Amino acid sequence: MKTDSPFLELADDAPRVRVWFDGQPLDLPAGANLAAALLAAGVQVFRHTPVSGAPRAPFCMMGACFECLVETGGRVQQACMLEVEEGMKIARPHEAEANDAAL
Amino acid sequence: MQRCDLAIIGAGPAGMAAAAEAAQQGLSVILLDEQYRPGGQIYREVDRAAGPRGAILGQEYLHGATLTAGLGQAGITHLSGAVVWAIEDGFRISFIRAGRGEQLEAARVILATGALERPMPIPGWTLPGVMAAGAAQILLKQSGVLPRQAVLAGSGPLLYLIAAQMVRAGTPPLALVETQTAASPLAAGRHLPGALRGWRYLAKGLKMLAEIKRAGVPRYTGATDIAVAGSTRAEAVTFRCKGQDHRISCDTVLLHHGVVPNTQTARSINVPHFWSEAQQCFVPETGPWGETGKDGVLIAGDGAGISGAMVAEYAGRIAALKAAEELGRITATERDRLAAPLFSRRSRETAVRPFLDAAYPPYGAALRPADSTIVCRCEEVTAGDIRSYARLGCLGPNQAKAFGRAGMGP
Repeated sequence: MKTDSPFLELADDAPRVRVWFDGQPLDLPAGANLAAALLAAGVQVFRHTPVSGAPRAPFCMMGACFECLVETGGRVQQACMLEVEEGMKIARPHEAEANDAAL
Repeated sequence: MQRCDLAIIGAGPAGMAAAAEAAQQGLSVILLDEQYRPGGQIYREVDRAAGPRGAILGQEYLHGATLTAGLGQAGITHLSGAVVWAIEDGFRISFIRAGRGEQLEAARVILATGALERPMPIPGWTLPGVMAAGAAQILLKQSGVLPRQAVLAGSGPLLYLIAAQMVRAGTPPLALVETQTAASPLAAGRHLPGALRGWRYLAKGLKMLAEIKRAGVPRYTGATDIAVAGSTRAEAVTFRCKGQDHRISCDTVLLHHGVVPNTQTARSINVPHFWSEAQQCFVPETGPWGETGKDGVLIAGDGAGISGAMVAEYAGRIAALKAAEELGRITATERDRLAAPLFSRRSRETAVRPFLDAAYPPYGAALRPADSTIVCRCEEVTAGDIRSYARLGCLGPNQAKAFGRAGMGP
């Protein structure tokens, strides 16, 4: 997955911890900005819009827009305002609900 | 409830400098900031990034460490990760921190909320892979993450800074697609005498342009009809330049055409604002000390009008001296004596600004987007939708929300 990322990560000696994004395990630098770490790990779509279902990904990286919304810890939050913690389970927001609606 | 003499909102250069100066004058200070570490966006993560990435980010970035160091002094409480959501008269400040609501009381307030990227709505700008150029800066400063195949589009010195930093990091951008025309630097010429007083900035700009040129990064100026192509993510930038159509394949598109004051907090407490023709944005009305139409509220830094990090630092200290005098810690004479050198340094630093504003105007097609272009990203409202609300008699931004949820998302 890493080699497919449009982003390059400069050498970093932070210890890696395991998190899950959309059910897939990822080893990200502990304490890193979550949105940045997901981008570097090759995650390209963070959410789909409620209006048209269009794919979206981080845009401002400073908490001003809401394009990097993800669901973690039972809440929909801006990934750029969170830090990577061991064991995080991250999903695209309301993806489960959308799947239900499609059935 | 916590009480303090002075609450400062924002821990960028203005807020950090204001906190240090106010504490110096004996005020108890609470500095609230939504990020986990001080620095604002300009000096984001300076304490951690200076070591590993200092050479890429440059000397002006490293200067931020002098400001974060100042927060260690007695009298300053820095509440990081605090999102302020209300300021009531008196002043009572409500904020959320670590998932909990809290309040504090302060006799004076300095708003140091800084700047936001000026949004650049062009066709395709909502596709994954399109980011504000400032976002790329944050990725580099905070995380050491850089786009491998990026095109930078828009106008302004920040594009040169990012391009130069990418060159230093070994991943030069594929191209700079610049919207300013040859006419804009000429129009800016009448501001040259002022700019020459800010020669240090011009020299820095020329040095960055030389760095970009040496790396072989192509520059297209006077570009029009800029759009991002792609179905599920950005695949290319298309544009016209000197009568030719261009298409550059890429993974990442970084957009920038200036920054604007982050006025949300000031507007929420009814500080009067005006439209600045020169900077093409709303700016709060402030006096020389940063005082506003609202007693006890001062504004310092880019939130009071875009002038850059050094001006923000001086303005923060100037506002803190005003607060200290109002609260009786120093006399007006003392205040004026301490502020005099700050005022003169500030005026030297602002000298280059009219030149930059005129040389790098915002991209016209993004100020007046085509009907089909999305302008409200969250609610996917297009420019044409907004124009249709206006035709129906919609009277302003608040009513536009009722008409079509523009600005209501996500």
